[in-house]
Formats: sequence, C-alpha cells, structure tokens
Amino acid sequence: MRLTCPFCGPRDLREFTYRGDATLRRPDPDAANAASAFADYVYLRANPRGPHREHWYHAAGCRAWLVVERDTATHAIGRVALARNDQP
Amino acid sequence: MPRQRRPGTGIDPAQKLDFQFDGLPLQGVAGDTLAAALLANGVRVVGRSFKYHRARGIVTAGPEEPNALVELREGARLEPNTKATTVELFDGLSARSQNRWPSLGLDLMAVNQLASPLLAAGFYYKTFMWPRHFWEKLYEPAIRRAAGLGRASGLPDPDSYEKCYAHADLLVVGAGPAGLIAALLAARSGARVILAEEDFLLGGRLLAEAFLIDDAPAHLWARRVEAELETLPNVRILKRTAVFGAYDDGTFGAIEKVADHLPEPEPGQVRQRYWQIVAARAVLATGGIERGIAFGGNDRPGVMLASAVRTYLHRFGVAAASRIAVFTSSDDGWKTAFDLAAAGIEVPFLADARADVAADLVERGRRLGLRVELGARVEDATGATGLNGAYLRSARGTTWLPIEALAVSGGWNSNLGLSTHLGGKPEWSETAAAFLPGKTPSWMRVAGAAAGAFGLGEAFRGGVEAALAVLGELERRVPAFDMPIASDDPARTTPLWRVEGASGKAFVDLQHDVTVKDVELAHREGFKAVEHLKRYTTLGMATDQGKSMAILGQAIMADLEKVGPAGLGTTRARPPQVPVAIGALAGRHRGRQFRPTRLTASHDWAAAAAAPFMDAGLWKRAQYFARPGETNWRQAVDREVLTVRAHVGVADVSTLGKIAVLGPDAGIFLDKVYVNGFSGLAVGKVRYGLMLREDGFVMDDGTAARLGDTDYLVSTTTANAANVMMHLEYCHQVLWPQLDVRMASVTEQWAQFAVAGPKARALLSGILPSTPLENGDLPHMGCRPIEIGGVRGRLFRLSFSGELAFELAVPARFGAALWRSLVHAAETLGGSAYGSEALGVMRIEKGHVGGAELNGRTTAFDLGLGRLLSRKKDFIGRVMAARPALNDLHRMRLVGLVPLDGRAKLPVGAHLVPEGERPAASVDQGYVTSAAYSPTLGHPIALALLSGGPERLGQTIRVVDPLRDGDALARIVAPVFVDPEGSRVLA
Ligand SMILES: [Zn+2]
Repeated sequence: MRLTCPFCGPRDLREFTYRGDATLRRPDPDAANAASAFADYVYLRANPRGPHREHWYHAAGCRAWLVVERDTATHAIGRVALARNDQP
Repeated sequence: MPRQRRPGTGIDPAQKLDFQFDGLPLQGVAGDTLAAALLANGVRVVGRSFKYHRARGIVTAGPEEPNALVELREGARLEPNTKATTVELFDGLSARSQNRWPSLGLDLMAVNQLASPLLAAGFYYKTFMWPRHFWEKLYEPAIRRAAGLGRASGLPDPDSYEKCYAHADLLVVGAGPAGLIAALLAARSGARVILAEEDFLLGGRLLAEAFLIDDAPAHLWARRVEAELETLPNVRILKRTAVFGAYDDGTFGAIEKVADHLPEPEPGQVRQRYWQIVAARAVLATGGIERGIAFGGNDRPGVMLASAVRTYLHRFGVAAASRIAVFTSSDDGWKTAFDLAAAGIEVPFLADARADVAADLVERGRRLGLRVELGARVEDATGATGLNGAYLRSARGTTWLPIEALAVSGGWNSNLGLSTHLGGKPEWSETAAAFLPGKTPSWMRVAGAAAGAFGLGEAFRGGVEAALAVLGELERRVPAFDMPIASDDPARTTPLWRVEGASGKAFVDLQHDVTVKDVELAHREGFKAVEHLKRYTTLGMATDQGKSMAILGQAIMADLEKVGPAGLGTTRARPPQVPVAIGALAGRHRGRQFRPTRLTASHDWAAAAAAPFMDAGLWKRAQYFARPGETNWRQAVDREVLTVRAHVGVADVSTLGKIAVLGPDAGIFLDKVYVNGFSGLAVGKVRYGLMLREDGFVMDDGTAARLGDTDYLVSTTTANAANVMMHLEYCHQVLWPQLDVRMASVTEQWAQFAVAGPKARALLSGILPSTPLENGDLPHMGCRPIEIGGVRGRLFRLSFSGELAFELAVPARFGAALWRSLVHAAETLGGSAYGSEALGVMRIEKGHVGGAELNGRTTAFDLGLGRLLSRKKDFIGRVMAARPALNDLHRMRLVGLVPLDGRAKLPVGAHLVPEGERPAASVDQGYVTSAAYSPTLGHPIALALLSGGPERLGQTIRVVDPLRDGDALARIVAPVFVDPEGSRVLA
C-alpha cells in the first residue's frame, strides 16, 4: 500500500504509523457532559466497511499527521490532507 | 537400471551429472530435475506418506508435487520437504527419502494402515482428548514419530540472503505461452517489464508438449522470444523466481533462488533473494495445474498426472515407465496416449470415463492401434511398492490388466492463488470445468490457462489481449508483432471426481493422506462448508496446498450436498503461494544486523573498559565497569553506588529522549501535554513533569527545562522517546494547530553526562573553572548555558540518584572527549564512572518510578504523583483521570518493601498475598515492580504496586514467587529508602 504525502509524494506504507478515526473531535473538557463525552472519544469506535477517514503519521518522513481517506474493504486510498488543515 | 535417454527440449544428454539418492549412486543429465533423473533411473518409490506410510512416487513435474518430498544436502544445509520435481540436478547432489523407518523398502510404520480407523479425519479431536497427560507423554510423541515429514538440521543457516526492490510498468508472472507473448509485446513497446518465472527455463508447457508453432517445435519459439527479451534494456527476466504474494497497489513479493541449483553458493553469493516488486500493471500468466481422479490406490507409485508424463517425455526425454496406461475424463489424456504411442512406448489401454468423446480423437486412437475404452473407469490400482496393474471397469465388465504406470487426467485447474490474495473470489466455470479467478484489482489481469484458456491458441490470444489492454492504459504504442500460428488443441473436460465402487483407499490429498472416506465422514459430522472441510480433514493444508487434488475433496463434498462445485465454492489462498524460507525474508537482518544499534558517546571507552552492555530500545548502555578482583557483577555495582554516595560518579545519560520545543506558544503547549504547569516556569529552571494518555493513565515522565523565553527542552524516558515525539506532534498538528510552536528530536545531537555525589561540585569546578556553581548561582532544578573548551553546552542541576548532582550536555561529537575528562576528574577525587545498574539501584533507593512502574496501567494517583495534577488548566488525560475508579484507594499503588529478615530477595514479578493466606490468584494483592540490593542500607529493597498500599505502611505482606521458589515476608514502607527528607540534593 502506498500513501501520497502532501509533502513527500507517494511513499510506502512502512514509513507511516496508523492511529485511527480522524473524524473524532476532542470534547470540551469544561462541558457538563465532559466525562461521558471523553469516554466516547477515547473508547467508542465504529468499525465501518468502506470509506474511512483516518489519521496516519509520516514517522519515517516529514512527521506530518495526515488525514487519509481509505476504503477499509479494498484499501483504495482517496484524498490525503495535512491534519492541521483539516479542522472543523 | 537407467533407461536409454531420449532427446528432450530442456536437457543436454551429453553432460552427465552424478548424484545420490538414499546413498545409491545414480546419474542424470544437465537440465534434469531430481524427479526426472530418478525416473530416468527407474526409481519409483521416493517416500512414505504422512499418516499411513504408504509407498509414494512422483506424481507431477512441477511445484504442485504432493508426494516426492526429499531431504536435500547434508549438515547445516540440510533442507527437508524439498520437492524433487523442482530441484535442479547438480553434480554431487545428495538426497534422501523422508518419513521412512527403518528404510524406504521395509517400512515398519506402514502398520498405520491397519490402524487407519484411528487415523481418520478429526481423530485428534476425538481420540486423544482425555486424559490430558496421556497426550503429552504418549500420543503426541508416538504420532510425531509415526507421522512426521522431514527433519530440520538444527544448525544455524550458513548461507546469506538479501532483499531487493524493483519497479516496473508491467510485471508478468509466468513465462509460458501467455506470459511470454504478453511480456514480448510490452517489452517491444518500451515499457519496463519484469518477467518472473519459477522454473529455471522459460517456456512452460511449450517445453513439455509436442506443440508446433509456425510449423516448428514450440520450444524453439520460446527460445527465440527469450533471446529477444534478453537484448532489451527495459526488460528484467527473473528465472527461478516464485512470486509468492500479491499486495495492495501492485506490490508483489517474490523469492529468487539464486544459488539453490549449485552445490553451495559461490563465495559472496547469496542463496536466495527476496524481491519486492512494485508494478503499475500485472499480468498473471501462472498457467494451469492438472488434477487427478479419486480411485482406489490412486496414490500407488506409478500413478501420475497425464501432463506430467508428457513433460518427462518431451522436456526431459524420460519415459516414466515402459507400459503406461491412460485414465482420463478430459481430452488431455488422449494427448498423452498419442505422444506416448508416437514415441514407441506401449500404451496398454486408454480409458475415458466419458462415453461422448470427439470423433477425431477416437479415430486417431484407433488408427494408432490403441485399446480405447469409452465410458470406462479404473476402479483400483494395485501394487503396494509400485504399480503392477489396474482393475478396468467397462461395459464388458471388470478386468485386471498389468501396467507399470498410469497417466491420469481429471481436467485442469487454474493456478489462481495470486488472484485471490487481494480478496478475489474464484468462480466455477462450467465451460472450463474449473474454478477461475474472480474479480481482480483494475491493475491485475489474468491470462492463459490461469484464466481458463487451456488450449495453446487461446492462451496466446489471452496473452496478447492482456498486453494490449495494459499498453492502452499506459498510453504506449502497440508494437509490430506476428501472432504465432498454433493449433487449438481440444481441451474439453467432463469432470470425474471419484470412481464409485473403488475398494482401496481413494485419496483426495496425497500429502496429508486425506481420503474420500474422510470427506464423507466430515459430511456426516456436519463439517460441510469448504473451510470446515479443510480444517476438519486437513484437506489442502500440506506444503503443496492441495493445488492439484484438493478440488476433488471439495467437489465430492459438493456432490454429497447436491449443490455442485459452484454452490460449495473453493477456499481462497493467502500468501505465501509457495513456501518461503524465513532466512530469505530476514535477508541481512540477522545477528548484529537484526536491527540498527545506537551507541552513546562513551561507548568506545566503556567497551575498552570491558563493560557489559544492555539493550535499551536500540541503544547499548554500559551496565557497570568491573575492576580487577571483582568477580561478580554485584561487587562492581555496589562499589559504584557507594562511590557516588560517598564521593562522586559520572554516568552517560545520553539515551534519554530529548525534544526541543520552540516558539512563542511553547509554554502553553507544554501546559496542555503535561499534568503540571510549564508556562510559568522561569527561564533557567527545570521541572519534573508527568504526561498522561487521554484515557487518564500515565504515558511518560521526565523533565522540561526552560532554556529561553520561547525555548524549552523536554526529556523523555529512553524507551518512550519516539512515542512521545509522535504524541506531541499529534497534539500540536491535530488538536491545537493554532499554537505557534515547533518541535524537533535532538536526542542524538547531545551527549549528556550525570555528575553525582557529594564531590560533584568540586569535580565540576575543575572542568568549568569560570562557571559559578554554588546554590545561590545554580540552585537545585536550575539550568544555564556554559562554555567548555570553546564549545557551547548546557548545565542542569538535576538529580536522579538523590545526591548533589549535575548533568552536563555538549554537542554529541564532543561527548567522548568530555566523558574522558570527567572520568579522569572523578578518579582524582576518589570517584569513578558508574553504569546503568548503579543508576537503577539508586533510582530504587530514591523511589523514583521507572519503566516497570510506568507500565501503561498505572495512574498518577497509583504512583503517588496525584498532587502534580493541576486543577487550574486543561491537559491531556485530565477528564478521564478524574474517573472515580482511577482514584480508588484500593487500587494497586506504589509502596516500598523491605524483607523482614533483612536478607531475603524480593524478586521482580513476585506476587503479594496476605500473611497466612495460601497463595492464589484470588488473594493476589499486587506485585513487585523493581528490586535491588541496596548497598547503602545493606539489605534488599523493592518497589511494588500493592492494593491500598500507602494505607498499609508498617504492615507485613507475603512476597511469593512460585516460578523461582521465592517466598518471604516483607514490611510495607514508604517508597523512599535513602535520604527521605531529600536534603542531600540541596547540598
Ligand atoms: Zn511526508
């Protein structure tokens, strides 16, 4: 598998470290429901078959955190963007 | 007796090669496989079967061989389970049959056959479940002896291996007709082509048949194409290279057997090469594999696949026997009979299970004078140590006919393994009477017999079609080429999976000895799905992966279920497609090269001092520096600790992770990742900090120094340096990208040395004469820039040992020189260097947590660090760390332990149970995390995690280590053993 890093171009899978779901947002720690919101944020994950937006770290490259669109069934890679530009 | 060698498309009969089989001196010729040479010498029995120890011979002429597994070579190069059908003969080759005891001819284990009800499918599950100890003592050793395959040498592999990477526009797997023509077209267009062929000759079936291409023998066409490809710079031909796996985005794994065909590799030559090939497009031209038919005794030595009989005849010039009958349910068998007859070999009969056979075949058979039996079957083959006859059942009844070999064809399978690695699901084709590759990724095409084009003409057309499609997608011009003029051999099959009425064992997996009866048993017991059938009977799970025969078992199950092959389906393959040596995957990464090594600045000095080293991540850390007369490591470590506590010691602490955090928001950023505050830290100060994971558990600890207004230096534990770096980048780039901060790992840029002990200041004042070092100038937890011999460095007042201590950092390239002068200065003050062991002992004496306590399951509260958690700010892990269960007093929490008798060891990993209780998991209250003998106190000490520990100081607990027979009583104490007031660091 290859990912196209916006900085480094197409690179082999082994340069990257996987983290997981990139659609999660860190909850407001001061909100009234912070405890349950954080429990969901830390522990709850969907396990979709199909398109998935996920975080990858270019550990052996530019050290950028990336948001990668990957199809979990086929490993087809869609858009790859810098996580820092992927804010809500 | 060696038979007269005929000419063959792949041999040089003039070049004789001597070899040995089971000690018997034999002779073959250049171009032979071991199997071809054995057949040429009349060797029929080459091994004994796995379960029943039945005599077995050579069945195939390729990598699908289930039977002819031999031990090759001797000593450290001994290689078990080698397929005689793929081993290239070399002069001096020595091979032995396997699984025979005491000898191949007289096999006492064949008595297993009489016990065969015991060895039926599922027997492990049923027979040997109880009693349990019978299994280990009795059943397992007996079964292993009786049912073993080859032996491993048990010696280190003397050969070397390497990895290679290659890129191509097109990878063609297989160099038969479809693969060769596809590679040729792509090559002529200028595309970068890799052609990988498992065999040592290109051509595939073109070498093995009596085909004509353009009115000339087919192998000459293959030779011509090979010659042209060799002249093209854009083509790489990889012979002896098996592509074993297909991976995402056109990535393939392949093993090139560089030197397996030599007695041993040349000096400097690797034995095998592991290729990782990335190709924009791939054409799988992996061919077909003929299948047998399940009749009684279909495993007898002499029963062979019909296509293999032709391969031995045409390619190797070997007649498999002098009287070879044919049993077929496909047109392929007829081809064998015609070729044998044309070569003057006696064909006692040709039995075709089909009543309806193309008239021209029948006509030709009659013309050749063959005894043709339509609608006939071989029910049983006879001859325990070599075929001597067969019971032939026809409309006229059953007759026994003497034969020496039987060529069998039940039709062809597509060799489709690679097409399934990325999820492709094979589909049954009624036309081809075979499972064919299902949907493949857009960049992968299948051509030739692998795609069900079993005739020569259609294989060529398939190869051309695939190449043209690839060239179109790659936007390359289509080169000029002549379509080879070749006949379309009839290749019709009406599948026949089993012969009803067989009385002997009818096998569907020769290597694992799975019979039709086993399949029926699996069906009766409900293991009907194709994957259940496989696991219950072990059908297709041997080294040949059932490539030729497993389809029989699956189809018989499909018949029993009355669903047909399409309804039951077939198993999907996973990589590797062929057995791959672990050594080849490891390549150069073995021994010292297993992984990179990181060396500290003091490494050479420590090595010269004969220090032993321990691995800390990739780092090598010196453990201690023994002096003459010290015979035991403890003497050296105790001396080093006492030297630090009484005088001064110097230690290399460079392996700790160092991360520069820079920018106007650096302080705010650190506030978010540490539980305690850093934005308020004054320039020139250092603070201990604790990082949590977002789930509230401790991730790492260390210090952060504020070197300047916008300039922090974070230290991490040695083991966690890379993880912390990744975590900090995540926090910045994903969580808080608006913060103006940047970071860089500087672990390797700085060498850092601890100078610890009452004389630390005296030592440093000699090294840094112009730097004020008194408490007023550089108090505990202070830092400042320094200059030392014109080199700019950093000085921290930090203590891990609990003594007055400093850490001195200089750019790594000056580290070795500084280290030598520090050691020298220490020695003049009665001090010395100390290693990681003494460092660890002093850490435990001071109760500092280390890797054993920061184990991913402890909280700040558990470690007595709860007071660090700021209430004034948010930080990673704050919300989750507040969960009540993470602050329960009964959690396992950090305490110290000392043995009641002042002597007993408290080993790491020992469990803590209440005094007077019988040790058991139900009363387990904690465990020892770190332990040492404290030379300062003169008795053993330990750190432990104990339920409700801090509330139980002064009580007694039992420390039990059943693995090492440890059992002692210990007093629970506060986890600081030396200088609990902490006054020494302030000296
Ligand atoms: Zn990158």
